[in-house]
Amino acid sequence: MKVESIVEHITIKIDGEDVQVPKGINVIEAVKMAGKGKVVPHYCYHPKLSIAGNCRMCMVEMGMPMRDRATGEAILEEDGSPKIGWMPKPTIGCATDVAPGMHIRTDSEMVKESRNGVTEFLLINHPLDCPICDQAGECRLQEFSAEHGRGYSRFIEDKNVKPKRTRLGPRVMLDDERCILCSRCVRFTQEVADEDVLGFVDRGTYSTLTCYPGKELAHNYSLNTVDICPVGALTSTDFRFKMRVWFLKRTPSICTESSVGANTEIWSREGKIYRITPRRNDAVNDTWMTDSGRALYKAVESDDRLTHYTIEGVHKTSDEVAAAAVEMLKAGDAVVVGSVHSSLEEQFYYGMIAQRCSAKPMLVSHYGEGDGLLLSEDRSPNLRGALVTGLIDALPTADLEPLARSVEAGSVKTIFAVNEDLTELGLSKELLAKVQVIYVGTHANATSEVANLVIPSLMVFEKDGTFINQNFLVQRFKAAVPGPRGIQPDFTVLEKICAPLAQEKPAPVTIDAVWERMAATFDILPEDARWRTLPEAGLALDGTAFQELQFVETKNLKYDPAKAEVPQAEPAGV
Amino acid sequence: MAKTKVLERKPLTFAEKTFLPQIAGGLKTTFATMLQKKVTLQYPEERPNIPDNYRGVPTLVRDPNGREKCVSCQLCEFVCPPKAIRITPGEIDPEAEPDRAHVEKAPKEFDINMLRCIYCGLCQEVCPEEAIYLQDVFSLSGYSREEMINNKEKLYELGGTLPDSHYKWDKKKAAEVAGNSH
Repeated sequence: MKVESIVEHITIKIDGEDVQVPKGINVIEAVKMAGKGKVVPHYCYHPKLSIAGNCRMCMVEMGMPMRDRATGEAILEEDGSPKIGWMPKPTIGCATDVAPGMHIRTDSEMVKESRNGVTEFLLINHPLDCPICDQAGECRLQEFSAEHGRGYSRFIEDKNVKPKRTRLGPRVMLDDERCILCSRCVRFTQEVADEDVLGFVDRGTYSTLTCYPGKELAHNYSLNTVDICPVGALTSTDFRFKMRVWFLKRTPSICTESSVGANTEIWSREGKIYRITPRRNDAVNDTWMTDSGRALYKAVESDDRLTHYTIEGVHKTSDEVAAAAVEMLKAGDAVVVGSVHSSLEEQFYYGMIAQRCSAKPMLVSHYGEGDGLLLSEDRSPNLRGALVTGLIDALPTADLEPLARSVEAGSVKTIFAVNEDLTELGLSKELLAKVQVIYVGTHANATSEVANLVIPSLMVFEKDGTFINQNFLVQRFKAAVPGPRGIQPDFTVLEKICAPLAQEKPAPVTIDAVWERMAATFDILPEDARWRTLPEAGLALDGTAFQELQFVETKNLKYDPAKAEVPQAEPAGV
Repeated sequence: MAKTKVLERKPLTFAEKTFLPQIAGGLKTTFATMLQKKVTLQYPEERPNIPDNYRGVPTLVRDPNGREKCVSCQLCEFVCPPKAIRITPGEIDPEAEPDRAHVEKAPKEFDINMLRCIYCGLCQEVCPEEAIYLQDVFSLSGYSREEMINNKEKLYELGGTLPDSHYKWDKKKAAEVAGNSH
């Protein structure tokens, strides 16, 4: 995203107080920026969508200093202050851009009354579904009804009847009675997802949201409509009736689906993940994410999770397995097959292990088709991390053909493999039988079956760490749920393998201790960078050192290969 | 060490020494009470009358049409101070129960841990569907902790049917059937 280095500021008056705001924003954003807990309630306005101005909730009073028509001079009050020409009726804040000298009232009687009126009109046909509505607890209508509603209904006629429990697509359900016709979902499918499938039919109170005939809301961004729906009209089939939102704990995380590194929020209760939603980051994913990325949490509870440290299939402690691994690696002729799915801290350790036993580190690429939006061609979250930590200096290969040849020739004794199924990369089980295999991974696969040592590792939802995305933005994720019982964080076990290789005693590691070492080792990382103090919006690194590499990403929402060599300035606001 | 103080007692009078006035006084109370209405109950054969607003064991109730009232909104689980309530929400299968499909949601499991419950009645107060009531059951016991957790079946058995003044969901269904005059 283009970052304007100098943003022109103008002064406006909000409720009688001078406020400096950037030029070109609208009144809703200006009031939000002014702070002091002031907000303009709104339904249809969304910062990343076009202005529709149809909910009428964001009414404010607006006025400009009066000027004499003939002379153009400012008209003054008796006390010498400029006379303000207030608009006779309130105006909507979303479609009103701020102008120098503008006066805004957000809490006058007229404003309050118009909000109350809008709320009453929205509620006359809204069903009393809150007890069975998934949106309850995060519903804007519920929130504003508490603030602006009258608490009882004056409507004695029958409420409107509209279709309920309509399936809009494989992942989205629609309840038309709850819909307040804000058109956010319609605008999203048109403007962001670029697949026009939703629209309103009929008029007046009969207005109804539907899919176009013969189409369904099936694209890979359909669940964003559920996120932006201010009421419970659109609900996720996956999350439907699973848990009320007020029980869920939110943990900031990063999507591992592709190198975009969409910022996410993990919603969990008592160690169980219920859903993943996008977290706003204007430098990465705006406020969107893919549907496929939201489904990734299901692997956490999969039956084939690796849950025990084993040697030759026998359960052992992590210390015993680490000691056995050290012996194998010390014997020489080792190869480290790292992973582009590992966090930065783990890749740092794999690099150290490879260095200390003079093994050649290898990486395997995971490429797929991109969609030009938030799913890039590189289907791994941390390829740039492997470059930054020096694990590799060229792009990873598609398979391990050279390694297979070396194993065939007998020049390799030990393979230290991380999260990659070697049998799918050119090394058959027969070949693997010739060498000793140390496998670090989250789920069982053909390689973990034949591996001599198995070190179970934690999934991204269960550990702290960082990824570096396509724009060399270092992004932090936090553990949302505990991992399987007895599994230690990856870098704790890796320290037990790494330290003895250099005749050191393994020390207890914290993530910031790892960062201290990394910041001291790599010039590209700022010296005082620590995991705990990484900015919420990500830490932008200078990726110019790697601009010679032919990255596979093509242009997507926030990445442009033509501009890739220009380092990202600091990420644009939050 | 605190000082002990010995109280001087008055010596007993002659009448007191005979104990007769005291015996007579006691017997007066005995005979007077003997002729009054009994205040004790032969529990457990006889049970007391429980007032309407008594807060007994929390139960789930059905409406007079036999419909399960709880829609598993989980507000009681949220409000419960000792966290005695645990609900697993579920969806009503519209094919299996077409007459109830419009309610959409019902509890799959509903557990109240009576070892935790403090009979505060907040669950009854918060329930938007008037589905949970603290009724007149006041005595419950069990041999194990598991037995003291009332599951959904037990809760409906204890709750029975209570009158309904709204029939909210029946009205909703009627409106759905009638549709708009559009």
